[in-house]
Amino acid sequence: MDVSKDLVAASATPLVLAILAEGDSYGYAIIKRVTELSGGQLRWTDGMLYPVLHRLERQGYVAAKWSASETGRRRKYYRITKEGRAQLAERQQQWKAVDGTLRGIWMQACTT
Amino acid sequence: MHNMRTFTDQPLEEQIAQWRAYLRRRNGVHGPDVEELEGHLRDQLLALTEAGLSGEEAFLVAVKRMGGLDALSREFAHAHSERLWKQLVMTPDAEKPAHTGRSEILVVLSLAVAAALAVKVAALFGLPIDTGEEMFYFRNASLFVFPLLAAYFVWKRGSGVAGGLRLALPFAVGAVFANIFSFPKGSETEVLTILHLPIALWMAVGFAYVRGRHFDDGGRMNFVRFSGELAIYYVLIALGGGVLTGFTMMMFKSIGMDAGWFVGGWLIPCGAAGAVIIGSWLVEAKQSVIENMAPVLTRLFTPLFTVLLLVFLATMVWTGSLISVKREVLIGFDLLLVLVVGLVLYATSARDPEAPADFFDGLQLLLVVSALVVDGVALASIATRISEFGFTPNRVAALGENLILLVNLVWSAWLYARFLRHRGSFAALERWQIVYLPVYSVWAALVVTVFPPVFGYR
Repeated sequence: MDVSKDLVAASATPLVLAILAEGDSYGYAIIKRVTELSGGQLRWTDGMLYPVLHRLERQGYVAAKWSASETGRRRKYYRITKEGRAQLAERQQQWKAVDGTLRGIWMQACTT
Repeated sequence: MHNMRTFTDQPLEEQIAQWRAYLRRRNGVHGPDVEELEGHLRDQLLALTEAGLSGEEAFLVAVKRMGGLDALSREFAHAHSERLWKQLVMTPDAEKPAHTGRSEILVVLSLAVAAALAVKVAALFGLPIDTGEEMFYFRNASLFVFPLLAAYFVWKRGSGVAGGLRLALPFAVGAVFANIFSFPKGSETEVLTILHLPIALWMAVGFAYVRGRHFDDGGRMNFVRFSGELAIYYVLIALGGGVLTGFTMMMFKSIGMDAGWFVGGWLIPCGAAGAVIIGSWLVEAKQSVIENMAPVLTRLFTPLFTVLLLVFLATMVWTGSLISVKREVLIGFDLLLVLVVGLVLYATSARDPEAPADFFDGLQLLLVVSALVVDGVALASIATRISEFGFTPNRVAALGENLILLVNLVWSAWLYARFLRHRGSFAALERWQIVYLPVYSVWAALVVTVFPPVFGYR
């Protein structure tokens, strides 16, 4: 099963913020983590992660820094900011509301 | 290049180089982005080759996973809309400004002619332009042109009739307030209306510019860029118009005729109105072609104004002379603050928010702080004598504006300082400037609607 494109786009921001809340990371590792977390069901077009990251950087939710990586090539690392954490908490509430609503109606559908 | 670690597989390196070159050609994707994406591609390739794929297979898979470059560069352009302003002709189908080319020229020309004629319509109803009714024309000047400019954007952005009608509302309100009050001759509040109505209505044009949608932040900054470029184009067109006027007068004089009635009654007012539309179209058409002028002028004049302010302060301290408080002083210092805010705003609009702090940012902070000090000195000397002056409409308006600009600059200085000390991001400063924009228009609207009745139209 592949998750629809709209849903992938909508979940991108909270997912990226949540992954960065686990610890600083960089693009490739974030994608790997997403695949791992979703058991491969959530497939991103890899490149599309970067505009999302840059937008979050611009909104002040993440901060970025270029540093050397273990391969010797420099790499852009991202870190979640205080505002980012607040934003993540807000998104969590929103997703919970959606999730709760859907669960409610599906439970009803099962019991009737 | 930065290939500390490369693949031993030579054809693979060539393919990566090709892919990189291909990505570089995309507008909207800049150098560091290419490097970031290439790093990703290499990580992916490494993982795939380690899993046993051949170089070529790995490359195919990695590139496929990266996604189409069209869609990718479009997303990058959206995330960094300031780059559009530098060089991007949007990849087709990214947005739908459907109308281009010939039909656009026709629409622009008819709107420009309509603006030019709108100036003359009032004359049909017995308000000719040259018989003591100048004040009517000054009060309504923005109303002859701005609605048509908004109409151009409604058409260009395909906002539709409903959206267009919603946008017409502020202009209707503006027209009411420009004309319901009966100002006596030489009224201060009338002059205030003339000066403030365009500022208030410019926000309505801004709504049309960003498609009447929610004024989201990228759109607002683009409107700031548009406004700056339009001002510059307008001045250029006006220079050309001046030359045209001069030649008209000179040539007809040489055959013994006076063209003054035509120049004063038609050429200048109609040309001034039409030029706004034409100028806007030029900015819209050229935004993708040339570097913007406003930021260039900002770079040029920021150091000069900083030097002026510092020398002025030093002179004041050295000679011990105070600012003498005359009528125009407050307005003069208001204009100084407007200028400094403008310099900050346009420096912000052209700056890459992710770039680290540099010398110019320090200079900007110095400019803002010295302007604040100068304005503080001026305000202090005015405040001590404000009771003697009494509160005239002009003074209240000038004081209010001073306060609004002061608040902007104080907070900008704070944000600049934080940014320079690596405590905050430049994006915060950009956001502050953008968030603050409506304050100017709201204050101007207040001056237009509330001041005349409050001050008894004097």
